[in-house]
Amino acid sequence: MSVKLQIFEYNGSALVAMVGKNCFAIASDRRLGVQLQTVATDFQRIFKIHGKLFIGLSGLASDAQTLYQRLVFRHKLYELREERDMKPETFASLVSAILYEKRFGPYFIQPVIAGLGDEDKPFICTMDSIGAKELAKDFVVAGTASESLYGACESMFKPDMEAEELFETISQALLSSVDRDCLSGWGGHVYLVTPTEVTEKILKGRMD
Amino acid sequence: MSQISESMPPKGGFSFDLCKRNQMLVNKGLKQPSFLKTGTTIVGLVFQDGVILGADTRATEGPIVADKNCEKIHYMAPNIYCCGAGTAADTEAVTDMVSSQLKLHRYHTGRESRVVTALTLLKSHLFSYQGHVSAALVLGGVDVTGPHLHTIYPHGSTDTLPFATMGSGSLAAMAVFESKYREGLTRDEGVKLVAEAICSGIFNDLGSGSNVDVCVITKGKKEYLRNYLTPNPRTYVSEKGYTFSKKTEVLHTKITPLKELVDVIEAGDAMEE
Repeated sequence: MSVKLQIFEYNGSALVAMVGKNCFAIASDRRLGVQLQTVATDFQRIFKIHGKLFIGLSGLASDAQTLYQRLVFRHKLYELREERDMKPETFASLVSAILYEKRFGPYFIQPVIAGLGDEDKPFICTMDSIGAKELAKDFVVAGTASESLYGACESMFKPDMEAEELFETISQALLSSVDRDCLSGWGGHVYLVTPTEVTEKILKGRMD
Repeated sequence: MSQISESMPPKGGFSFDLCKRNQMLVNKGLKQPSFLKTGTTIVGLVFQDGVILGADTRATEGPIVADKNCEKIHYMAPNIYCCGAGTAADTEAVTDMVSSQLKLHRYHTGRESRVVTALTLLKSHLFSYQGHVSAALVLGGVDVTGPHLHTIYPHGSTDTLPFATMGSGSLAAMAVFESKYREGLTRDEGVKLVAEAICSGIFNDLGSGSNVDVCVITKGKKEYLRNYLTPNPRTYVSEKGYTFSKKTEVLHTKITPLKELVDVIEAGDAMEE
């Protein structure tokens, strides 16, 4: 008996990004699976584009890595031409265009983009697999655990949190949601970005 | 050398190179992923001085509300706006594309854009994709020939109407229009009627919800009233908020400074000639 192939649930993932006061946090789980079997417990889902811009890619892991390489390529070309880093809003439009180009044969990906824009104003957005942007002022979620994440973030989020409190809130929201999802978990990976520094923390979670 | 050409920035238009792989997965039993849809209630009506467009603000992904406050009234030209229902990526992409084409056309001709120009560009694009680009639009604007309101269906057919509704909530909104619309409405009466029609969609249709956006276009002027009505505020906010007694356990921390801290050493000796 074969399990019916659900492409977004093939590898399993959980991603969340939240906005705080002049800072943002983006967090992911660390499991890589092949349907119900776990293959890795230290899988990287959040990638750095430049110092103040991060992208998390949930969905099929092979498409995530391919798309990440394409995006780094395009960003490097942009940096060479413009001699500056891309603004997060511009990057979101770039990702949206690359995904919509494949409208009738899409990448099986849901990206979460988080960055500090002009005057260090935090920016977060997510998209569906064909590039429909969803800008939010509070939090965005993606992945197999997204329904639990919506619920956890909706109740735990407060506007204008400082960096320490934001880290605590996003970690609690992530860990409590992945505990209710079989396909994601095995710890957490949180990036907390303020105008002066980037803090990367690995969380201890349930390893089941 | 096909790998190199694939990575070059594309010339525009759709790319079909993952279709073969996706078809192979479908044959293996893959369920196609669901896209972000704007369930939606969108409306438009013509009043004595121009056109009023209205839309709700809910974006759904299957049964889940993905965005509680999205913008469905898209800018096409300073005097033309377009509401979109259907697959969100399609409505955004198609309205952005035609908006850019209209701007280039304005530069070429040196004249204000006409609503029928936008209409023709949209319908020919949608028809050429035979309905696969799933965008249902309500296009409205005021140009030199007067106020115009059109509906455009995903397969490319259009209607020109004095009042129109589209989307999953279109029946609820049309019921309000059919009973209360009359020719020669004033601005305030028109806005009130549009808001009532959208509210009817918000409260009766499950695919529409949250707030009401309204856009009033008259000759030489437009007013985009974002979140004109917010009849669904959040009522379950706890004053105290959440506090976590047990802190999250951290295994490993790495801090990367973004701004280099510059050490100022004592000023060296001045150069001597």
